[in-house]
Amino acid sequence: MTAKLTNAQIAWRAAQDIQDGAYVNLGIGFPEMVARFQPPGRQAIFHTENGILGFGEAPAPGAEDWDLINAGKKAVTIKPGTAFFHHADSFAMVRGGHLDVAILGAYQVAQNGDLANWSTGPKGVPAVGGAMDLVHGAKRVAVITDHVTKDGKPKLVEACALPLTGVACVTRIYTSLAVVDIKGGHFVLREKLAALSFDDLQSLTGAPLHLDGDVAELIVPEV
Amino acid sequence: MDKRIATLAEAVADIPDGASVMIGGFGGSGAPIELIHALIDRYLATGSPRNLTIINNNAGNGHVGIAAMIEQGMVAKMVCSFPRSADPRVFTDKYLAGEIALELVPQGTLAERIRAGGAGIPAFYTPTGFGTDLAKGKPVAEFDGRSYVQERWLKADFALIKAETGDSLGNLTYRMAARNFAPLMAMAAARTVVQVSRAVEPGGIDPEAVVTPGIFVDAIVTVPDPAHEEDLNRANAHHPKVTA
Repeated sequence: MTAKLTNAQIAWRAAQDIQDGAYVNLGIGFPEMVARFQPPGRQAIFHTENGILGFGEAPAPGAEDWDLINAGKKAVTIKPGTAFFHHADSFAMVRGGHLDVAILGAYQVAQNGDLANWSTGPKGVPAVGGAMDLVHGAKRVAVITDHVTKDGKPKLVEACALPLTGVACVTRIYTSLAVVDIKGGHFVLREKLAALSFDDLQSLTGAPLHLDGDVAELIVPEV
Repeated sequence: MDKRIATLAEAVADIPDGASVMIGGFGGSGAPIELIHALIDRYLATGSPRNLTIINNNAGNGHVGIAAMIEQGMVAKMVCSFPRSADPRVFTDKYLAGEIALELVPQGTLAERIRAGGAGIPAFYTPTGFGTDLAKGKPVAEFDGRSYVQERWLKADFALIKAETGDSLGNLTYRMAARNFAPLMAMAAARTVVQVSRAVEPGGIDPEAVVTPGIFVDAIVTVPDPAHEEDLNRANAHHPKVTA
């Protein structure tokens, strides 16, 4: 198996595409890591579903205020410019097209942009949170994910087998091996790790990778 | 006019069996713990209310608040977006045993259904959920080339919410992200009962700062220094208290 990017490195790569002044929602868990890697000189404004815009990083242990949390129920902080609002306003920001980008995790992404990230099937207790709203609101919906599942199966697929979060909503995928756009119902390869051949990458991908212009080398520092 | 009520017990005394109750809060932030525990105490003393439908973003955490209501067997159905938490076992066990019903609603749709209920809008269209299992059986329509799902308003018999400051007319302010669903629920319930951490006379809240106008509020009870669900859970608290 070729070396692959760590989760932190995938998050770093995704962060490079966030412009100064962008309004951004990060999914709970792994995507929250993207906030750590804002390029110098750029300031994104982070939105959380439970009614905060422009929150700061986690407080020191012991300094938590549990009325000041993010959607993952983790403590955050206020900083100059923070705003609070109720849930209907929060989701007006989401559905109304006011967020520039949402970065989410995925179980599967299909070549037409369908996303499955909320349910692994009928067993257990279903839980959806704000994922279904986010995928239909942000101007750009990006996914960060390992390129394959823990047992080596492709996560980029022809059609999602798992229950959908949204239809044709994802436009870019940052994986542990590559950066892939979704365009015209196809996966379009934009960047890949240099050590990996196109054929190797294709063999780990569940639908054809198309080429549309140059494929750049996916270069990420140790982070 | 004075909407203040002296005790928590009086504030929750008229919630009957089978009622639908919206409860404010997102996780522990905004959870009206004292009102919920007063309702549990009434149930333990009288056997009522039971068979409740509870509307909240989550389905309880640990053994306090909504989790404690579920644990005591007061809740027949949860309407929520995310029935998971640090310790969701009380809900999970009852759900998997078929002892509690679940209506799972995307979070933004839940908020907007409640807002619509309070605003007199019986249905609306949203892109959320289109083409997914959660939109099955719902009417779909196309507007300007895009597909949308019809969702219905959501109202309730009661809302139990927590606010920071309230005056005797029911005007409210909230504390940081504890606001979340509370202003919407206050609009959507037939009777809205609020626990406030600080009570003031009319004029004690700057009119520019009022978040929930008093017209949406029916009763106010003062709970200074309210317990926080997160702190209770970190101390492994139970309601009612268990003796080791």
